[in-house]
Amino acid sequence: MNSVGEACTELKREYDQCFNRWFAEHFLKGDRSGDPCTETFRKYQRCVQKAIKEKDIPIDGVEFMGPNKDKPES
Amino acid sequence: MGRYFYSEVHIKSPWYQVLAAFWQRYPNPYSTHVLTEDVLYREVTPTNLLLSRRLLTKTNRLPGWAEHIFPAHMARDVYVLEDSIVDPEANTLVTKTWNLNHNTLMTVVERCMFEQDGSQPTWTKLKQEAWISSSVYGLTRPIQVIFPISMATRKIHPGNTSPAHQKPRPLQPRSPISSPEPITASKQKLLF
Repeated sequence: MNSVGEACTELKREYDQCFNRWFAEHFLKGDRSGDPCTETFRKYQRCVQKAIKEKDIPIDGVEFMGPNKDKPES
Repeated sequence: MGRYFYSEVHIKSPWYQVLAAFWQRYPNPYSTHVLTEDVLYREVTPTNLLLSRRLLTKTNRLPGWAEHIFPAHMARDVYVLEDSIVDPEANTLVTKTWNLNHNTLMTVVERCMFEQDGSQPTWTKLKQEAWISSSVYGLTRPIQVIFPISMATRKIHPGNTSPAHQKPRPLQPRSPISSPEPITASKQKLLF
C-alpha cells in the first residue's frame, strides 16, 4: 500500500514490516518488552508529516477517538 | 438529519488472526478505492493498550446524480482518520473512523468493536455502528438508499437509537493529538 507521501512508501513498508512482526509475535502474546520499531517509525514519520503539511491535510488538533456521535437527528 | 446503522457479524477466524490482518488489510481486491494508508501515531500505554491512528485517502465516489450537483467535490480525495485501541488482555479492538473533509456534503462516523466470540472462542465477533449525517437539505433519503446497499452483505438493523457507546478514554498521548473539533466530512465507503 502506498503512503500519502510518494517518497515515503519505502520507509512505510520498512516500518510496517517491523510493526507487524512485533505485533503478532510479541505484543499479542503478552510480551511487554517494548516496541523495537521506534527508529524506523521516526524516519517514516519525518517523511509523512512533511507530505501531510504539503498536501494541507487537516489532521492537526483532532481528538483521539473523536468525534463523539450521539443521537442522529431524524 | 441523519441515520444510524448497526450490524453484527461473526468472523470465523480467531481474534489474534483478525487483529494481525487488520493492520495488513490494504491493499485488497475490495478496496481499490483506498489510495494511501499511513500510520500517524502509535503508543503502548502503561496499561499495555496499543493506541494507533491511521490516515487513509480514498477516491471520492459519488453516485451519478450527485456528480451533477456537487462537481467541485469530485476533484478532491476523501481523507479518513481511523483511531484504534487494542487491548490484548481483554481481546478487544475498538476503532473509530470518520472523514476529515467533504463535510459540507456528508459526515460518516463508524465505530467497530472486534472481540473474541464468547460462544465460539475460535471466532471473532464484529459489531459495527455507523452514524451518517448531512446538512444538505433533501439528502437524507439518498443516504438511506446508498448506504444500506454498501452494507447489504451484513445483517442491518437501521433505526434511530443511539447506543451508549464507550466514551473516548482519558488518555494522555505523547503526540500532539488534542482539542476536539466538530468533524464533518464527505461520503466514504463503510466497508473496507
